[in-house]
Amino acid sequence: MGVLVHKDFTFIVQGITGREALNFTRECLEYGSKIVGGVTPGRGGREVYGVPVYDTVREITTTRKVDGSVVTVPLAFAPDAAFEAVDAGIRLIVIITEGIPRRDAAAIIEYADLRGARVIGPNCLGIIVPDVCRFGSLGGPAVDCRKAFKPGVVGVMSRSGGMTTEICNALSTAGLGESTAISIGGDPVIGSTYAELMPLFEADADTKAIVIYSEPGGTAEAELARWAKENKSRLPIVAFVAGRFMDDMPGMSFGHAGTVVETKVDSPADKIRRMREAGIAVADEIGDIPRLVKDRIEAAAARG
Amino acid sequence: MRFYESEAKKLLAKHGIAPVPGKLAINAADAERIASELGGAVVLKAQVISPAAFKAGAVRTAANASEAKQAADALLRLDDGGRRPQGILVEQRIAGACSIAFTYDGTRKRPVMAASTSAGSIERIADEHPDRVVRRHFSALLPFSDYLAKELVNALGWKGAESTALTPVVSRLAQLFLKYDLTQLEVTLGKLDDGKLAAVDCRADMEVEGRRRQKAVLEELGIRVDDSRAVREPTPFEVEAAKIDVEDPRGVAGPVVEFDGNIGLVIGAGGGSLTLTDAVRRHGGRPANYAALGGNPSVKKAARLTKLILSKPGVEKIAVMSNVVSNTRADLVARGVIKAVTELGFKPAEKIAIFRVPGAWEADAFKILEKYGVEYCDRTVSISEAAKRAVDKIGKIGR
Repeated sequence: MGVLVHKDFTFIVQGITGREALNFTRECLEYGSKIVGGVTPGRGGREVYGVPVYDTVREITTTRKVDGSVVTVPLAFAPDAAFEAVDAGIRLIVIITEGIPRRDAAAIIEYADLRGARVIGPNCLGIIVPDVCRFGSLGGPAVDCRKAFKPGVVGVMSRSGGMTTEICNALSTAGLGESTAISIGGDPVIGSTYAELMPLFEADADTKAIVIYSEPGGTAEAELARWAKENKSRLPIVAFVAGRFMDDMPGMSFGHAGTVVETKVDSPADKIRRMREAGIAVADEIGDIPRLVKDRIEAAAARG
Repeated sequence: MRFYESEAKKLLAKHGIAPVPGKLAINAADAERIASELGGAVVLKAQVISPAAFKAGAVRTAANASEAKQAADALLRLDDGGRRPQGILVEQRIAGACSIAFTYDGTRKRPVMAASTSAGSIERIADEHPDRVVRRHFSALLPFSDYLAKELVNALGWKGAESTALTPVVSRLAQLFLKYDLTQLEVTLGKLDDGKLAAVDCRADMEVEGRRRQKAVLEELGIRVDDSRAVREPTPFEVEAAKIDVEDPRGVAGPVVEFDGNIGLVIGAGGGSLTLTDAVRRHGGRPANYAALGGNPSVKKAARLTKLILSKPGVEKIAVMSNVVSNTRADLVARGVIKAVTELGFKPAEKIAIFRVPGAWEADAFKILEKYGVEYCDRTVSISEAAKRAVDKIGKIGR
């Protein structure tokens, strides 16, 4: 099971001839994903690891079923690529491109909403259902990917792509594994937030607990805390909030584009407080996550 | 990127929203002259951007020109994160009639505008008296329609001529908020003697990612491409780190931020570096720096950054750590840090507290590390545990 993608999930890669795209296209194929085409304007007719390249998305969607698209085009072309995918009828779009101004991100997401498509990202690495489907660049080479991600019971959502792999690796090492891991993106405006994805995990029989990885900035944690209070979820949630040291340094900018402590946006300390008030377990140390998840799953089972 | 208020007001004026009468003074005598020209009570605002400078008091009022001179003199001495204020905005003192703020709502994923007739910042009003703030989301996809502004003004309770005067101002603000890739725009409007609305206070931030396509307007405002508007000036250490990144295109080194601890942090990547810095602090360690290294840095790049960190006064050891990486080659990182340590005449086994870079080519990295007797660990050791081991070592030796 798992959420969003499955074993027959088909997708395309927009910007397939880019350096990073070439790498992850190969990695996805080796992982067993079904990539049915790629798009790079002006490169139609070529092949990338056996995947046919087209000039337009519609050339692919008119001849076969396409469930998703990975957008990895240069940032000036990202809105256009996303609009093209949505208009071609693709319903799930992962946007890897970094540095998209939030006006463009908001426009892309609004358009997708109007047409009934879901956006993951931007500035994310995509989705993995371990050993079933990898959709995006999460996890690196297939061999490394198989080490870090194992089939299991935890739904993982992370604002950091790199830390998605780190956390899943820890969960896999602890024998818990993941039902689905989603790198949701580090920007202030993203297509799918923790709270919006929760109902999908809620409906997934494989998922027994949720782990989220959070970074400074944004409102997604407050939204999740609200969701947890309002919904009697069967799923225990364990959160980790990175960047606590930034509470001592207002206004400084670290790491991700989205990781800027803006005035009056929740500080890491605010996020921790809000989530704890909503019954979400917040790990003080990244290494505590697997133990907390196990405890919470056992407690939930004991309650029946 | 924060605009100085004088710049933000120029942006508004360009779109037909006049500021209250006033001018930018470059020194205290200038401020005195402007105040006397304006006549009556004035407000003096140091042109600063760092939160610390605002906290120290960047705004003063003066009843007359000589008081204005004294106030300006004090304001010009403010420390704005290592910079001096970029002049003093001297303006007629006019009461605010309403405040309008624009930002992006990450939950609704739309731009949103909020307004209030209470004095002060909308964020503070929203915290203390949520009922006194009205809100309206709008679209980043469709062109802004005036009726949205009208609805907001209506909700604010403004009627008649007041309403028809405010609506176009709100509409223009919304449009320029979108047009210039602003992430935050907050404007307090006041009524001039002739009844016209003018901008009393204005705060605006442009998204860093939008700067490239906003070149024209930035040039118009005289803002240089390399003016980063950081909350404080970069230290020489940070400038040097930035140079290393620029001079070698492989991998990404940065941002690198200087702290005053004794444990040099050599690697991380995006969220990993946030987590690593937290982990070191949590176990009682004092990081000497923050570094977000990612991509796939070359041996040379890793070596140069390691040398820079090791040459920082007070750094006793370095910890080379990252989250499980997928496209960084652990062996290249290992080669780089060992090269730096040996070239500086240190022993890798003593200088490198721990090496935890699990991922591609890790087996090769482990071979190299073993040869030099450096403690390393693989992915089965958590970031927390690795950080603890590093901190424990620095506690034990090097005092």
